[in-house]
Amino acid sequence: MNLRDLLSPFFVWQRAFEKPYTSIRPTIDRPGAPAYRGFHINVSEECVGCGSCHSICQNHAIDMVPVAEFEGRTGDSGLRPRFDYGRCCWCGLCVDICTAASLRMSNEYAWISEDPDEFHFTAGIDDKPWQNNEHGYRRAEGYHLYPPKRIEMEMLSPDVSVQSFEEVARGYSEAQAKLEADRCVECGICVATCPAHMDVPDYIHSIRDGDYEKGLQLMYRTNPFPATCGRICTRRCESVCPVGILGEPVAIRWLKRFIVDQVDAQDYQRILNDQIIESGHRVAIIGAGPGGLSAAYYLRKKGHAVTVFEAGETAGGMLRYGVPSYRLPDADLDKDIAYIVSLGVDIRYNTRIGKDIEFEQLLQDYDAVFLSTGLSVPSNMRIQGEDHARVLSGLQVLADVASGRDPGIGRQVAVIGGGNVAMDAARVSRRLGADVTILYRRRIADMPADAEEIHESQEEGCNIVPQAIPVEITTADNPQQVSIKWGEAEMVQDPKGGRPRPVLQEDRMHTDTYDCIISAIGQGSDLDFLSKENQQQLAIEWGKFTPGEYQQSALQKVFVGGDVANRTADAISAIEDGHHAARGIERLLNPDEFTTTQTDNTGELT
Amino acid sequence: MTLSTGHSAALDFAQPEPPDLSSGKYVKLWQGPQHPGITGNMSLELVLDGDTIVSCKTHVGYLHRGFEKLMERRTFIQNFTVVCRIAVPEPTFNEYLYSHAVEEISGIEVPERAIWLRTMNLEMMRLASFLMWIGGQSGAFGQYTVPNWTLAYRDYVLDLFEEMTGARIYHMYIVPGGVRAGLPDGFEERARKIMKGAEKLLDQIERVMFNNVVFKARSKGLGIITPDMVDPYGIVGPNARACGLARDIRKDEPYLAYDRLDFETISGNEPDAYGRAYLRLQETRQSINLIRQCLDHAPTDGPFQADMPNVLHWKVPAGETYVKAECTRGEYGYYMVTDGSEFVRRVHVRGPSYTHAIAVMERLAVGTNIADIAGLMVSLHTYPPEIER
Ligand SMILES: Cc1cc2nc3c(=O)[nH]c(=O)nc-3n(C[C@H](O)[C@H](O)[C@H](O)COP(=O)(O)OP(=O)(O)OC[C@H]3O[C@@H](n4cnc5c(N)ncnc54)[C@H](O)[C@@H]3O)c2cc1C
Ligand code: SF4
Ligand code: SF4
Repeated sequence: MNLRDLLSPFFVWQRAFEKPYTSIRPTIDRPGAPAYRGFHINVSEECVGCGSCHSICQNHAIDMVPVAEFEGRTGDSGLRPRFDYGRCCWCGLCVDICTAASLRMSNEYAWISEDPDEFHFTAGIDDKPWQNNEHGYRRAEGYHLYPPKRIEMEMLSPDVSVQSFEEVARGYSEAQAKLEADRCVECGICVATCPAHMDVPDYIHSIRDGDYEKGLQLMYRTNPFPATCGRICTRRCESVCPVGILGEPVAIRWLKRFIVDQVDAQDYQRILNDQIIESGHRVAIIGAGPGGLSAAYYLRKKGHAVTVFEAGETAGGMLRYGVPSYRLPDADLDKDIAYIVSLGVDIRYNTRIGKDIEFEQLLQDYDAVFLSTGLSVPSNMRIQGEDHARVLSGLQVLADVASGRDPGIGRQVAVIGGGNVAMDAARVSRRLGADVTILYRRRIADMPADAEEIHESQEEGCNIVPQAIPVEITTADNPQQVSIKWGEAEMVQDPKGGRPRPVLQEDRMHTDTYDCIISAIGQGSDLDFLSKENQQQLAIEWGKFTPGEYQQSALQKVFVGGDVANRTADAISAIEDGHHAARGIERLLNPDEFTTTQTDNTGELT
Repeated sequence: MTLSTGHSAALDFAQPEPPDLSSGKYVKLWQGPQHPGITGNMSLELVLDGDTIVSCKTHVGYLHRGFEKLMERRTFIQNFTVVCRIAVPEPTFNEYLYSHAVEEISGIEVPERAIWLRTMNLEMMRLASFLMWIGGQSGAFGQYTVPNWTLAYRDYVLDLFEEMTGARIYHMYIVPGGVRAGLPDGFEERARKIMKGAEKLLDQIERVMFNNVVFKARSKGLGIITPDMVDPYGIVGPNARACGLARDIRKDEPYLAYDRLDFETISGNEPDAYGRAYLRLQETRQSINLIRQCLDHAPTDGPFQADMPNVLHWKVPAGETYVKAECTRGEYGYYMVTDGSEFVRRVHVRGPSYTHAIAVMERLAVGTNIADIAGLMVSLHTYPPEIER
């Protein structure tokens, strides 16, 4: 034993004079660290109710419950997470996965209540003292539990794409599709938003499983135009995809296309296995566009004999004569149509109702009529001189090109308008070798065209001149040309809070000369085939129908849908109108067997 | 490197004749499982002759929580929140090894910044755990001042964890793919301050606990592990190093950033409770030093997470791996088998206490006396929870 070892321990006394480690009021003097994983906060306004928090929680501590104030909001399930603190382990995985970054944790960690039910609460809805805590755990910038960026679609480069009408988007490889399908969080908000309520999460799931036949079956339940929609759908689903809130939305459209591209048309019959038991009823459809053919498909599945009357010489409507083939190749449109026709749908081409057959005749000969004649009449610009021979309509130019005719646009072209038809007309003109200027009344950001279309048309060399208002069309010196007088516009705030209005600046006028001017500012319907009396009966306003339940018109036998009857005027809405009308017609024809939940021959809901 | 222990044929594994309890010469005594310390989560069935232990049998099963089984029913991301609970005083090694095993099988490359943050996190864990251990060792010999100091100071280290990870004990910071966040503002400064204080504390502890007649009297000569026991018993970590073997996975098979850190394996030549304690004191200082090095080198920007698939339906390819790291008690290992599904097929967690607290303890206990049994057990630095996953 040495003396040092005996004395050394007495050093402890020195510590008696040091500051103690402990605090007297720990929860007050010592708040949780700024990133502490304490009680949950949900900014319920920002939350979209995607339920990813619920899916990831290994403790099943989160239930998604309906919250009245959010029900019915677009892009919102109307549900909010309800926490059960009897189960939570404060791992914060729910915060990490939250697609909207609305879910956080506070740094509060002490909570005492006599009422055990209080520990079961809907964050952000039930008032809690920590709801506005500044501190607490947040998902760190740069930390992701799913890939925020989408798998890029390979596109023809703009200098190549303008050389031909070849499809610009090249399609995903299997590996790419699987990676993109992996990004889906399976919330189903897309299903609610899709006009046709396509079962998006499930068909995306089928990609992850590599089961494309299943994917095809799922798609046909609600949409017999998957090859088409997989290319040109307006994809409202993607605009609400919660993955797009902090990153890029899942490429739902491209995934749909991928599935169809994997399945050979010859196998459709076997895979979809649509068994038809004839019902004895006869239904007439006017117009072989997506609306008419969608109705034809679902009516045929119910066993009704379907005759489609089509004025043109092929089927597809605006998908054929409007949408250019670099976006939707004929072969893919035909793939969809061929399967519908294969079920025994009779299409009478070159048969215009009102000319070749009277509408009244159909009412007499058929048990029901579905009318989906689309919008075929270009709207006027309502300026002087627009009847000039060198002013062409976008629809006409597109139809000519689709039919293999030369629209004769020349080398210098101005396109008037900012919608999709204008973009299509402009890009088609580029492919025909023209220099293209697009004149649009408002700002580029205000253009109704798809942002992708605007971007691609610019890439392909179209020159967009925004805030340009056409004033007058005049004859040019060269009779093969035409001049347009247009003025610059200032955007003026609407005092009532509406969107800003372009106001013509009289002192900033320009006159330019082109080989032709393509007007593409909208289109209206042509319902002249209906008698005045029918038109009155059918309550047509501004050239459009306002259908009732199940697309039924004021005439009991007549159902209407597609562009003539909806405000969205896109393919998927027409497809859903057709499907919905088929349900309505089924209700009319077989009222006893009709239930609101319809099933197909496999017993699946349709 | 050869690390022959000179395995000795003399080591006797024969089961001794069980003492004849009916002779009236012996008393049977149970220590645990109701003993309220870390040593008490398992039980020792002791047979005494007077107060000398003539036989020791260990019993476990009181802490079995079935983690390995639970993991088979949770997705790969969900498991990282579970594994930390396997060894309560040292959760981080579970987080790291679980993540590392998943990454190995899936071929995920963890970014540089995460590698450094993980290394620092593991060394912080070693520091916190050693502080708790020092207190435990001192307390087990009846000296209760040091435990108060070290447990309180450990809380400062836990403060750092809280800042860095969002929690004090179950940090859930190291995730498959990287870590969950970078360092918060001002962390480095606060960490350095706490390291400085820890160093001062360790100096005080050396004066009070180590230069102490009572501690020396009780720990010297207690529980001698001879080098020839090391391999047959699977002895690892400080328990092996104290008898002269320079074995440390951080040095021998470096993982994370250890090959870029400046340190030496610490080994001793006093293979008894005192020698092991002193070696751990030095390793505590070493951890402080390594944390400082991590603070010096860890990148302050750049990604801290690899590109991950969507964890909601993450399937890890079929495969198997064994990964290991040097925790405070030696080699901590995860053996993982995956079958290509969304769930792990089997995980086996192997902590050093498995041998140290069972076979080694049973051997070393014989011949010691009843008052030293807790001190002996702590000197092997055992964590019953890691024996029973
Ligand atoms: C240029 C352009 C680009 C477009 N791009 C897209 C896009 O990218 N994505 C998208 O979703 N939508 C797009 N649309 C809209 C989409 O094409 C339409 O919403 C869709 O085709 C409407 O379908 P429908 O069945 O209502 O009518 P239509 O497709 O217009 O079909 C109507 C059919 O009825 C026939 N018909 C008309 N009158 C009679 C009659 N009296 N007798 C017999 N047959 C008649 C017509 O010949 C035509 O075949 C685009 C439209 C245009 C014009
Ligand atoms: S913190 Fe973890 S356990 Fe709690 S609700 Fe979120 S995911 Fe579930
Ligand atoms: S993950 Fe986020 S956005 Fe989705 S429901 Fe939960 S809190 Fe709301």
